[in-house]
Amino acid sequence: MVPLAGRVLVLLALLAASAGAVLGFATGRRPSSAGWAWTRRFAYAFAAFMVLANLVMEYALLTHDFSVSYVAHVGSRSVPTWVSIVSLWSSLEGSILFWGLVMGAYVAVATFRNREKHPEYMPYAAGVWLACGAFFSFLLAGPAQPFATVPNPAVDGPGPNALLQNHYLMVIHPPFLYLGYVGMTIPFGLACAALLVGRLGHDFIRPLRNFLLLPWIFLTVAIVLGGWWAYEVLGWGGYWAWDPVENASFLPWLTATAALHSALLVERKGVLKAWTVTLVIASYLLTILGTFMTRSGVFNSVHSFTQSAIGPTLLAFLGAALLFSIAALALRVDTLAPEGPLETGPSRDAAFLVQNLLFVLFTFTVLLGTVFPLVVEAVRGVQMSVGRPYFDKLSVPIGVALLFVMGVGPALPWGRATPQQLRKALLPPLIGGSVVLVLGLLLGARNPWTLLALLFGGFTAQVTLSEIALPVRQRMRAHGEGLVEAIAFSQRRGRRRLGAYVVHAGALLAIVAVAVSSTTGTSKEIQLRRGETTALGAYTLTFVDADRFTEPHRESLVARMDVSKQGRRLGSLYPRMNQYENQREPVGTPAVRASLTEDLYLSIHNIDVESGSVGLLVLVNPMVSWIWIATAVMALGGLVALVPASRRETVLVRAASAAPAAAPEPQ
Amino acid sequence: MSSAGTPSSTVKSRKTKWFAFGALGVAAAAFLFITFGGIGENLVYYWGPKELRAAGRKAIGATIRLGGQVAPGSVKLGDGVSNLEFDVTDGTATVHVVSRGVPPQLFRDRIGVVVEGTMTDRGSFESSRLMVSHDNKYRAPEDRNVDIKTLMRSTRGLEDAPAKADAVARSPSQ
Repeated sequence: MVPLAGRVLVLLALLAASAGAVLGFATGRRPSSAGWAWTRRFAYAFAAFMVLANLVMEYALLTHDFSVSYVAHVGSRSVPTWVSIVSLWSSLEGSILFWGLVMGAYVAVATFRNREKHPEYMPYAAGVWLACGAFFSFLLAGPAQPFATVPNPAVDGPGPNALLQNHYLMVIHPPFLYLGYVGMTIPFGLACAALLVGRLGHDFIRPLRNFLLLPWIFLTVAIVLGGWWAYEVLGWGGYWAWDPVENASFLPWLTATAALHSALLVERKGVLKAWTVTLVIASYLLTILGTFMTRSGVFNSVHSFTQSAIGPTLLAFLGAALLFSIAALALRVDTLAPEGPLETGPSRDAAFLVQNLLFVLFTFTVLLGTVFPLVVEAVRGVQMSVGRPYFDKLSVPIGVALLFVMGVGPALPWGRATPQQLRKALLPPLIGGSVVLVLGLLLGARNPWTLLALLFGGFTAQVTLSEIALPVRQRMRAHGEGLVEAIAFSQRRGRRRLGAYVVHAGALLAIVAVAVSSTTGTSKEIQLRRGETTALGAYTLTFVDADRFTEPHRESLVARMDVSKQGRRLGSLYPRMNQYENQREPVGTPAVRASLTEDLYLSIHNIDVESGSVGLLVLVNPMVSWIWIATAVMALGGLVALVPASRRETVLVRAASAAPAAAPEPQ
Repeated sequence: MSSAGTPSSTVKSRKTKWFAFGALGVAAAAFLFITFGGIGENLVYYWGPKELRAAGRKAIGATIRLGGQVAPGSVKLGDGVSNLEFDVTDGTATVHVVSRGVPPQLFRDRIGVVVEGTMTDRGSFESSRLMVSHDNKYRAPEDRNVDIKTLMRSTRGLEDAPAKADAVARSPSQ
């Protein structure tokens, strides 16, 4: 009964999405208000059926209905209720269903917010969204099928992947990732609409930017949550390994970041329209590529991804979307002609171009390193991967160059700068750069790339902070306002600008923290017996005892390590190893003593409670906490830029449609 | 801003074109540098003992992930951390491994392992990283065609769905 309800809902979603897609394209070609109204209804219906299908699955998971194939696959009576709830995204079929939920929500919101706006673009955009929605509904109805009926249901199931149960970060990481991934559908649809209409007007770049910014924020958080999870759980002491799974989420982030910047040039100068559209489309295609790479098992072996029909279906969709995009770009790109020339001298405009080229180069680098092993295996049958040194060697210079552009760009004026302007803009921030550089040298940083990152980091920090302070100072000087008043006014009026610089502040902090943490840490591996002591840097560790705790769904082996630093007792750390019922291999939970300057990281490799011995990996990782803080700053900046921008946009659009000539130039 | 079509803007747009070509040239050069400079020397090979033996001297100095089973009775654990020695086998060929670092919890005879490191002149494999397979179904000697990469990814415990889903779907008949 329940599986049948689920299947019917998925089929209804497929029906609504297909009908809406066809109608959307038809209405785009021959505009009619009735056609657009029905397209919207189909979009809402698609969203509603997806929500209902997900509710049915949650109901089945919570009631342990093992006649539903997905529940039989991941459900278990012995796990806590919260684990049952999040089991929805613990495995492939469920996560595609969850993808449908997120997609329905995005499509409904984007349709609703633009129901009375952009009448020439919106039917095409909704058509593209619903075509993508139809594909994922088809994936759910056919190849994935989470609602298949199990004829003789078991009494209990195996439970979800132990890694999901082991740490809360694994619970919240996938939703953020999906909010980022699926959200790229919306700007993709808008970009395709611009191509199909053959225009990317001033009024339309704003929704494109905002609907790109929203998933960008989620994706930013998701990428770092993934790294944080790896740091807290995997126990090798790092947060990023250039694993294909990680790269898959990083690739669309790179192109989306580039697009957010080039969109600004579209908005201000009417240039780089086709380029921006291309970047937005690439972002979506890379999310599909990422989904294919991580979800089809292709990285286990090129020849094994056909074990399930999901992989080939995703690949076919990727091919179709790629063909459609290339055709649309090739046929229509001429229509998105620039409204003026590109400024190429030393200017903020040129900095944007350099930034874009660096991001695209970064994308190629990572894409090549990720896909290369697949190609080699497919062609020559040799199994290999591209090692970390490749990624490190290439991403470090690009990252440092980006840091440099992030400082120089905002310091430069729009248009061509005179030599005096250049000196005035670029010399003062060298003070900030030098201060940070000297500070780093005093604290013992010696790696040349790290020192360069510190120099540019200080430079960029000074530029960013003074750009944040600029409107406040202007306001205080021009209107004689007090500090608080001026801050309140400038953040009310220039929030998008403020948000952008807050994101920059977070980004520069993240790059510096990554540079420092990856080059200045120390580590050691050690086998200890009960009562033995070891030292690393300023820390002294004593293995006091090992213990065993039993919970219903797992058993934990815990080591008690007393920690002191330079003779002062800091307390105890409890790294542990969790053994889950459904998995033979235990999952470690390292103990991390985090502080703003450095983390002490203890990870158990082996532990024996009876004989009292423990094998440990001990690391001192400087500045890692700042990566998490920096990400929060970036997300905050993104939100600041997003929220009022969309409110102001409606006002502006109304003003613009009332008096097109009087549309104010955005700051 | 001058509107398009005036002489100065034509000059400018020609300049823009050159700039664009220049930028593309730089990007292409960087791309070629990446392709031919970076990737070749940073490959990590996924080999079993048989492939490792077949590679001969090519294996010395290369980064290799060697996957296989710990040969029964071969584990020699010295005191301290750095004296772990064992043999990795795929049923036909065997490679002697010297490992630095603390062994993982489940490390023992007959378990599926992946070691990362390189071959030395002395004919033993020097491992800097030792990982134990998460995959419950991995049994090397019975399964001659060990898929090293599957084994490799299973050591991270992250491999997802298709294989597992199959296993579940098939499990009643097994």
